Amino acid sequence: MPYLIHGETGDWEVVIGLEVHAQIVSEAKLFSGAATEFGAEPNTQVSLVDAAMPGMLPVINGYCVEQAVRTGLGLKAHVNRHSVFERKNYFYADLPQGYQISQYQQPLVGEGTVVLDLPDGSSREVGIERLHMEQDAGKSLHDRDPGRTFIDLNRSGIALMEIVSKPDLRSPEEAGLYLRKLRSIMRYLGTCDGNMEQGSMRCDVNVSVRKVGETDLRTRTETKNVNSVRFVMQAIAHEAERQVAVYESGGTVEQETRLFDPDRGETRAMRAKEFAHDYRYFPDPDLLPLDLAEDYIARIRAALPELPDEKKQRFMTEFGLSAYDAGVLVAERETADFYEAVARGRDAKAAANWVISNLFGALNRKGLGIAESPVSAENLGRLLDLIAADTISGRIAKEVFEVMVETGGEPGSIVEEKGLRQITDSAEIEAAVGKVIAENPDQVARFRGGNEKIAGWFVGQVMKATGGKANPKLVGELLKEKLRN
Amino acid sequence: MTAALTDLTLAEARDGLQAGSFSSVELTRAHSAAVERARPLNAFITETPDLALGLAEASDARRKRDGAAGPMDGIPIAVKDLFCTGGVLTTAGSHILDGFTPTYDSTVTANLKRAGAVMLGKTNMDEFAMGSANMTSYYGPVKNPWKGGGGRDLVPGGSSGGSTAAVAARLCLGAIGTDTGGSIRQPASFCGVVGLKPTYGRCSRWGIVAFASSLDQAGPMARTVRDAAIVLGAMAGHDARDSTSAPVDVPDFEAGLDAGVGGLKVGIPKEYVVDGMAAEIGRLWEKGAAWLKESGADIVEVSLPHTKYALPAYYIVAPAEASSNLARYDGVRYGLRIDGGSLDEMYENTRGAGFGAEVRRRVLIGTYVLSAGYYDAYYLKAQKVRTLIAGDFRRAFETVDVLLTPTAPSAAFAIGEKMDDPIAMYLNDVFTVPASLAGLPAISVPAGLSAGGLPLGLHLIGRPFDEETVLRAAHALEAAAGFDARPPAVGEA
Repeated sequence: MPYLIHGETGDWEVVIGLEVHAQIVSEAKLFSGAATEFGAEPNTQVSLVDAAMPGMLPVINGYCVEQAVRTGLGLKAHVNRHSVFERKNYFYADLPQGYQISQYQQPLVGEGTVVLDLPDGSSREVGIERLHMEQDAGKSLHDRDPGRTFIDLNRSGIALMEIVSKPDLRSPEEAGLYLRKLRSIMRYLGTCDGNMEQGSMRCDVNVSVRKVGETDLRTRTETKNVNSVRFVMQAIAHEAERQVAVYESGGTVEQETRLFDPDRGETRAMRAKEFAHDYRYFPDPDLLPLDLAEDYIARIRAALPELPDEKKQRFMTEFGLSAYDAGVLVAERETADFYEAVARGRDAKAAANWVISNLFGALNRKGLGIAESPVSAENLGRLLDLIAADTISGRIAKEVFEVMVETGGEPGSIVEEKGLRQITDSAEIEAAVGKVIAENPDQVARFRGGNEKIAGWFVGQVMKATGGKANPKLVGELLKEKLRN
Repeated sequence: MTAALTDLTLAEARDGLQAGSFSSVELTRAHSAAVERARPLNAFITETPDLALGLAEASDARRKRDGAAGPMDGIPIAVKDLFCTGGVLTTAGSHILDGFTPTYDSTVTANLKRAGAVMLGKTNMDEFAMGSANMTSYYGPVKNPWKGGGGRDLVPGGSSGGSTAAVAARLCLGAIGTDTGGSIRQPASFCGVVGLKPTYGRCSRWGIVAFASSLDQAGPMARTVRDAAIVLGAMAGHDARDSTSAPVDVPDFEAGLDAGVGGLKVGIPKEYVVDGMAAEIGRLWEKGAAWLKESGADIVEVSLPHTKYALPAYYIVAPAEASSNLARYDGVRYGLRIDGGSLDEMYENTRGAGFGAEVRRRVLIGTYVLSAGYYDAYYLKAQKVRTLIAGDFRRAFETVDVLLTPTAPSAAFAIGEKMDDPIAMYLNDVFTVPASLAGLPAISVPAGLSAGGLPLGLHLIGRPFDEETVLRAAHALEAAAGFDARPPAVGEA
């Protein structure tokens, strides 16, 4: 179902491209040795280079380059062996050098692909235009004092990757899926933690609309620095509606930079002064071009982890999972690892059901992530083993699982402690069956009179009498035998 | 005694210290006294006699303890105020760095300190090294110790004019400066001293206030080629903190000086005959070639066809880089701040008051040539020209070992001259700029006097990282020229 805006003049489709700024996971900054820890006291992680003291020079952090190359390879993109750092010149109080070192004409990474997993189980490819490295600016704090602005340079010089998509996205939902997938890939790679609240992933949203059937792109607007997936989706929806309204009232959409107001859920134009820069890009003469050897790239490629798409495929073929279940399980590397530890050597589909329905449900309820799960993969596996060995029934297993969620306990001990072990001793069950038959002569008569459907009622009575612990299969067999006699 | 100590060459002082003829403290006191007497020259922005004395005492103690010391140990030198020096005011000759005292030493000054050199003070210079006459300093012009007709005050050249004036006036045994388009070599020529710009990447730029990053290079100034070789040895070396610093070994630059120029091929680039060049400069150039020939070198005419594009290309590339390098002087973190009603107003007030006219001119030129729509026509084209110029040199060095040219198109001119004509001022660099654009090592050696009795230099350019050949040829030229004229003593009533 395509996302269309039904205007007065017809249906409009929305064309979206995203520019994501992803903070590279690295202990040191892109061009200095200063630390990068989030939330440190202001101006405590600032080197002479980050503060742009006279005579200071940038030196590239090799680990950040490796991280960016790794990300490029994870996006199935072409890594350029030759790339160039340029200066993007503008004045701002939190930009100490008066320029940002970025890559412009010759980025580190060229075209690549991200695969979106759509809710119906199908998938769709979104093109990556480029990935380049750049340094972050500091922070201006305007709200600490009525008349003054404070500057925190802790963020100044931190390494970012700007990842630019092609205008391949067609709905807010797709944009959300794209961001989540991109984050998933980078988290698998360990190159960006994807934390939008802490600003380690930020997004500029390019939106245009066109009539269904048009092939050329119309003028786009760019909404800057949107900092959550939900806000990105809201910004797109609002901006698309706004543009359609502009066209339909006979106006034209201006190419402009806009801001998203999360309180009102809408975008507004920035004052021209806020973005009317001529950045005067030129190659940074303090830095040599980045020339990477083929075997350097090959070494990074060889050490790449299994990424979500490949893992999903493997889960489908190896474990027989549906595309949807596999997609859900691989979204986070920790979840996939958890699932795999549970599924290995067991009923993989049952394992998937337990992880997706029961475990995710419990974690959601408690507001926990998989890493903080009170139920370890080992214990969930043991629970499945108890079911498979007929030590407990599926129903009892759910009861045990709830205890595990609360206490983090080991399922075997819980079963023993609470006496939940399934009764497989036929003598004990026989006694219970005999008792139920003896106490319900009317029902017995109805069964023997041909109403075989009533067998289920008998099973229920026996289970009730045994506190749910009787092996239901055994109960059924014995009942059948006794009722027929 | 005092006069004798300041008359020594650096090599002689080194030998005297080693022989125990005098101490570094004596040597330093003599020079600090000379610095004080020569204040009318305005060669120094900051004098550091107490600091110098402490370093000299430490040097003497070291020498006493160890018996021997390196060639720079205990040698009083002057440092251009473009080098950041820990705990010592560093101004770059600009109002905008008011009160800026770095917490760090540039790699070059740290290397010199480690070698035991004694810093006498920070020398005056054109603001941010932008100038060829030392007229743009916020701290006022430097006077050349040489005087014009009728005792007229002359410029020392620039931008390292304070350093060359100090060397010429015997205020220090050697000095360090920086050269972006000729800022060591042209003032060396004007003041009658030796000035060497090493290969780009030979000395670290870390801690040197940047003018034009792809061109800036630190180098020594001294009264002899040997002295310059000794200072360079202590300055140079790879530095991981400067990505453009070359990972090459530092040879003993002094060792090969006496090897002579027998069989050396010396190229005379025919394109270096320029309009407006004084006839006496041409005659000195011919004389220089003859001297080298008599010393055993082969003289070969070569062509560097893109030479005439060098100066315009330089005056695009250097201001472009400067416009960006100087953006950090914004009043936010250090130096001058003049408040305003908004951030933009504060920038305008601070930079308007903090930068002098020449710096503002170059920032404007640089901003213009990098602007959208002009980048390709100016900056990109200038970089292409630069590649062609480097290619000219590469081809020439397939057949010759060094090139000989004049250093500057004239002798020192009077203070106040050419100030209303920036283009005429920029023409001072016409012979020095091509080697800068190609990153090549080049030296100016005093070779004679003008009709007006003022020093004139000759200029030798060499292959990348072949300072040794440049120095060897310069040493031969120096010996043949026998330049022994000296400026009148300063400050002695």
